[in-house]
Amino acid sequence: MTELEAGGAGTLAPVRSGAAPGRYRDILIALIAFAVLASLPLFTGSKALLDFVIRCSAYGLFATSLNLLVGYTGLTSFGHGMFFGLGAYSFGLIMQKLGVPIPVAFVATLAITAVIAAVIGAICVRLKEIYFAFVTLAFQMLIHSTILSWASFTGGDQGLRGGIPRPSFLGINLANHVHLYIASCALLILGLLAMRQIAQSPFGFTLRMIRDNAARASFLGIDVWRAKLTVFVLAALFASMGGMVMALFVSGAYPEFAYWTISGEGIFINMLGGVSTFLGPMVGTVLLLLLNDTVTRFTEYHGIVLGIVILFFALGLRKGLLDFVAEWFSQRRDAGKGH
Amino acid sequence: MLEIRNLAKSFGGVKATNDVSLDFPDGSLTAVIGPNGAGKSTFFNLITGALKPDSGEVLLDGVDLAGRSPPEIVRHGIGRAFQVASIFRSLTVQETMLAAVSADQRTSAVLHKRFPLPETRDRAEHVMELLGLAGKRHRTAATLSHGDQKLLDIALALVLEPKVLLLDEPTAGMGPEERWRMIDKVRELWETQKITVVFIEHDMDIVFKIAPKIVVLCYGRILATGTPDEIRNNSAVIEAYLGTEHAGAAA
Repeated sequence: MTELEAGGAGTLAPVRSGAAPGRYRDILIALIAFAVLASLPLFTGSKALLDFVIRCSAYGLFATSLNLLVGYTGLTSFGHGMFFGLGAYSFGLIMQKLGVPIPVAFVATLAITAVIAAVIGAICVRLKEIYFAFVTLAFQMLIHSTILSWASFTGGDQGLRGGIPRPSFLGINLANHVHLYIASCALLILGLLAMRQIAQSPFGFTLRMIRDNAARASFLGIDVWRAKLTVFVLAALFASMGGMVMALFVSGAYPEFAYWTISGEGIFINMLGGVSTFLGPMVGTVLLLLLNDTVTRFTEYHGIVLGIVILFFALGLRKGLLDFVAEWFSQRRDAGKGH
Repeated sequence: MLEIRNLAKSFGGVKATNDVSLDFPDGSLTAVIGPNGAGKSTFFNLITGALKPDSGEVLLDGVDLAGRSPPEIVRHGIGRAFQVASIFRSLTVQETMLAAVSADQRTSAVLHKRFPLPETRDRAEHVMELLGLAGKRHRTAATLSHGDQKLLDIALALVLEPKVLLLDEPTAGMGPEERWRMIDKVRELWETQKITVVFIEHDMDIVFKIAPKIVVLCYGRILATGTPDEIRNNSAVIEAYLGTEHAGAAA
């Protein structure tokens, strides 16, 4: 689905004159980013670095999709991680039990996610702020408990063991580390490009209107409930993609992928990186994973260090890192105009 | 033509709108006045779908809109501005206008194109010019002055090209000079756009000066309707509403 969208973006762009430059610019940036990431294995043999980027891809897709809800629509979901877990488990189970080609399992997982997200979303998006947060959290716990208790199907607390088969397709062999790395980067870039398109589309501005003033939006003839449900399902799809990258990376799926702490990490990432810019969550992802990896190396009390860092961002800066940078730049620009 | 027939709404035992019937002919300009708690805002909320009436009809060109949802009523052509400017704080003036036109053209769910769609530009531009907001198009709504926020609110209603425009206290919270500028703007819009305008106003000088027709509400009922002269000399209105002011003038 994301490939389709991103591909469509490229072919449609020349027809539209006014808004097209933004789209070309985004595609150009995406291509450069992909080229840089894809050429990394040529310069370094560090498996740890490539692993780091793969984990960033999984979490980055997840966190950026959460920002579609939190930052763009004002829907603070505490249960977004359920779709990360759902993606990992659906994909893993389909590959283990059905042995279909990877792209088929990929699309089937997105379809399953869409259906489940539509049902959960239909119940949740009517609720206001704190109720929305808690009911999404409740659904997360429901899915987590289901995974734990349905041991014959999901492996229970042991997770999906025995590895996920990764048969080659179209000359891509995801059992090969470099292939898996390139595929993860490609999914990340395509996913980000598709989400960027959503954020900058007329629908993206409808989301901003709902965030700012939902009552007024409905007086403009916008069906607020439908828009919220749509973005809820779309965000779930990208979270599910993140989960699939994770499942491919660890060649398995574990109950922790569906535990509420994943949602919590998503919120942390958004707080660290900032929700007012599109790439804030991506910056937050890199920050959190870096912190996690370095701090755990020095101390077993890494939770304390992470907590202090988050307090610094939340109470000290009162915004995420990229929010801060964006604000600083716009202030400088305004000051420049003054002279 | 907007026809209100026997509209009623109660909150508990309080009849906020009590059997109100009114006609607003096409192209008319009407002021709704009344003491605090007279049910003016409730009346607007019932017409625009923010509240569901207990009974009665809201007929726009013969179609009954009573009890329908705000989006539906807006699409039938009843636009509204709010007492406290109801705007999108983080969007710029221009983005606000473009997004509103998108909503009206039913392209607000489009995913595969970039915002703004080219076909939204002309209408957005037109309304920004009309309300004198074109020079502030790149300002974020939250940074606008109070008066400009009220204008933006009206622009939001107007950009949908309504047949009927309901303005809930367009001059609320403004200084005397700003009030007159705002009300001149409203009158200008009414004259140039050929739409039906109904507005709630507290300042009697303004009402008597610009409204050809006045409706006085009191305790949810219509106390009187008529031209400024008729209202000024209506004994019931004087007693209920204008009384103190007139007494002051007489003394």
